[in-house]
Amino acid sequence: MMSSMRVALMVTCINDALYPDTGKAVVTLLRRLGVEVDFPARQTCCAQPMVNTGYLDEAVPVVRNFVDAFAGYDAVVTPSGSCAGCARHQHSIVARRSGDAALESAVAETSPKVYELSEFLVDVLGVTDVGAYYPHTVTYHPTCHSLRMLGVGDRPRQLLEAVRGLTLLELPAADQCCGFGGTFAVKNADTSVAMGTDKVRHVQDTGAEVLVAGDNSCLTHIGGLMTRERAGVRTVHLAEILAATE
Amino acid sequence: MSGGTFVGMPAFPKAAQEALGNAQLRHNLAHATGTIRAKRLRLIDEVNANSDWEALRLAGAGVKESALVDLATHLERLEETLTANGATVHWARDAAEANAIVASIAKGHGVDEVVKVKSMVTQEIGLNEALEAEGIAAWETDLAELIVQLGHDLPSHILVPAIHRNRSEIREIFLREMAAVGRPAPDDLTDEPAVLAAAARAHLREKFLRAKVGVSGANFAVAETGTLVVVESEGNGRMCLTLPEVLVSVVGIEKVVPTWEGLDPLLRLLPRSSTGERMNPYTSTWSGISPGDGPQEVHVVLLDNGRTNALADEVGRQALRCIRCSACLNVCPVYERTGGHAYGSVYPGPIGAILNPLLKGPGHDEQVDSLPYASSLCGACFEACPVRIDIPSVLVDLRAQVVDAHRGGVPKVEAVAFKGAAVALSDSRKLGLGERFTRVGLRVARRVGASKWTSARDLPPAPRESFRQWWKRTDGGRP
Repeated sequence: MMSSMRVALMVTCINDALYPDTGKAVVTLLRRLGVEVDFPARQTCCAQPMVNTGYLDEAVPVVRNFVDAFAGYDAVVTPSGSCAGCARHQHSIVARRSGDAALESAVAETSPKVYELSEFLVDVLGVTDVGAYYPHTVTYHPTCHSLRMLGVGDRPRQLLEAVRGLTLLELPAADQCCGFGGTFAVKNADTSVAMGTDKVRHVQDTGAEVLVAGDNSCLTHIGGLMTRERAGVRTVHLAEILAATE
Repeated sequence: MSGGTFVGMPAFPKAAQEALGNAQLRHNLAHATGTIRAKRLRLIDEVNANSDWEALRLAGAGVKESALVDLATHLERLEETLTANGATVHWARDAAEANAIVASIAKGHGVDEVVKVKSMVTQEIGLNEALEAEGIAAWETDLAELIVQLGHDLPSHILVPAIHRNRSEIREIFLREMAAVGRPAPDDLTDEPAVLAAAARAHLREKFLRAKVGVSGANFAVAETGTLVVVESEGNGRMCLTLPEVLVSVVGIEKVVPTWEGLDPLLRLLPRSSTGERMNPYTSTWSGISPGDGPQEVHVVLLDNGRTNALADEVGRQALRCIRCSACLNVCPVYERTGGHAYGSVYPGPIGAILNPLLKGPGHDEQVDSLPYASSLCGACFEACPVRIDIPSVLVDLRAQVVDAHRGGVPKVEAVAFKGAAVALSDSRKLGLGERFTRVGLRVARRVGASKWTSARDLPPAPRESFRQWWKRTDGGRP
């Protein structure tokens, strides 16, 4: 492998602002696996909040900044299925809208190099046992965009199953959306909360101490419901479990 | 007798809020959609054991796409073959034209009633209400549509329009309403499904035997042979299609299938995706008039009603592939919780959230404009769709059309917030670094509605420093 590979961390705006520990965990984990990541400081956001709310013109400068920030890297790793999905599947739509041929070709160059964390670990680094230790009972929620937009399949499970000390409990109706959905969570707050409440019930039914997922946006929603309801289950990002050692 | 009407429904979030408060509705829906979902998945596994469900989806999508890319040619061919088979073809630009055609045919035969096969398109155009205004009663003969009609209610699902009703409610509706419009329900009616079905059967039988005019839609219209196809489960459709002297079928122009062979994948996809059956009990096909057998006067009304608008929509036109199976409703986590009425249309669920704005055009009506936002974009609908309509992508595109339709006017607070965010997020060097993102994020959240977040959910505590501050302070945590 790829010591010669130039790898950038796309930390995502939500992790930058609210979950720096997830970003730090990615750095720690990849360093342990022999990959030194750059953090291009001009990165901001993938533009998904604009795209998925319908503000395509507003997404154009954000996507332009994204491709500028990550130009020249061999791989861009992000601890978010949703942001990776936006970069891989929606940046081209925004670029086409801009009518800027240079932006279109820059997006075509950058988009395929964006990997969600579990994809990067399993597909690019070829590793499922990352040497982690996490002595807790855990249940895994596959987030919708990682599952259906990216098709990460069972990669996160393979990674979790190789973690020493970890007991993985099956989440009922795991593939049902938690109800976050970006601005859906406030535009249709009642429906969002109804979906999330059912998710919380399924999480509690497992008896797990920890709910893990690959997207902190979904975990903010589910976790926000769980702390309000004093559900007694913690939410932890996949990266933080994989970074943990004895 | 009139049913309800969707006109004037509130926008989705408000309608959903009301529906979510109905615990019985949520229970009925979770049970019903859960059952159909499980049946469908078992059948897909069965297909995959011998062949390939994905290949079948591609074949089905391919048939519909081949019709849509050259729609005018196939429609003209359909008109030729239907006419050669003895049918009379009418063209209707919109609901009013289609309703007037059907009413004039019925009045031409001097009838004051018609029997109807379950049909989405006649609900779309409000045919029953239009006929009623002309003094003609339109009797729904599908069991669930009968329940909806007798209950002066609205359909809430494409395939099972009374999914929001349980059997004790149905018993009450039959006891209360049947007598006014025909054979009454027996006094000792119970809520056993077989007993309820028998009451409906006896009630409808009179109408089948009496009616001179039948009205249907069609699941498919084969251009090559001039054949209409109706797929159903109860046999009421077969009655309506064969007993009356006159048959009028209202058919959306997107229902055309170029060749008879093209039916092959579609007739395999449809029952598996809709009712979770290998094959539906009744598939009726008729090609114009057969002398001495069935209706001797056959009319086909080919309806646009916004379909050419949808066809002109580069991203959205794939919605015209829809075969009305309702698999997307059954897998939708939003539909499962709100039910169909919240969508304010005969086309609810994910397909309704794209089809209604595509047919009616975005930017004119708050209720229609709310529909593309009635989704968490989870993608379960696309995964389930037998003709591979990428509903999430169409939803996102329609959201952009809704936003674009309002550009230039007085901007909403949300638009101002996103414009501000676009400037702030376009270059991290422009405005200084660090916690700016938190500020931008919180500003957007406040504008879009932080209280809507915090009414049921806590916000996470803000960390001491952002990731980028940590990176800068520690040189990426290097020792």
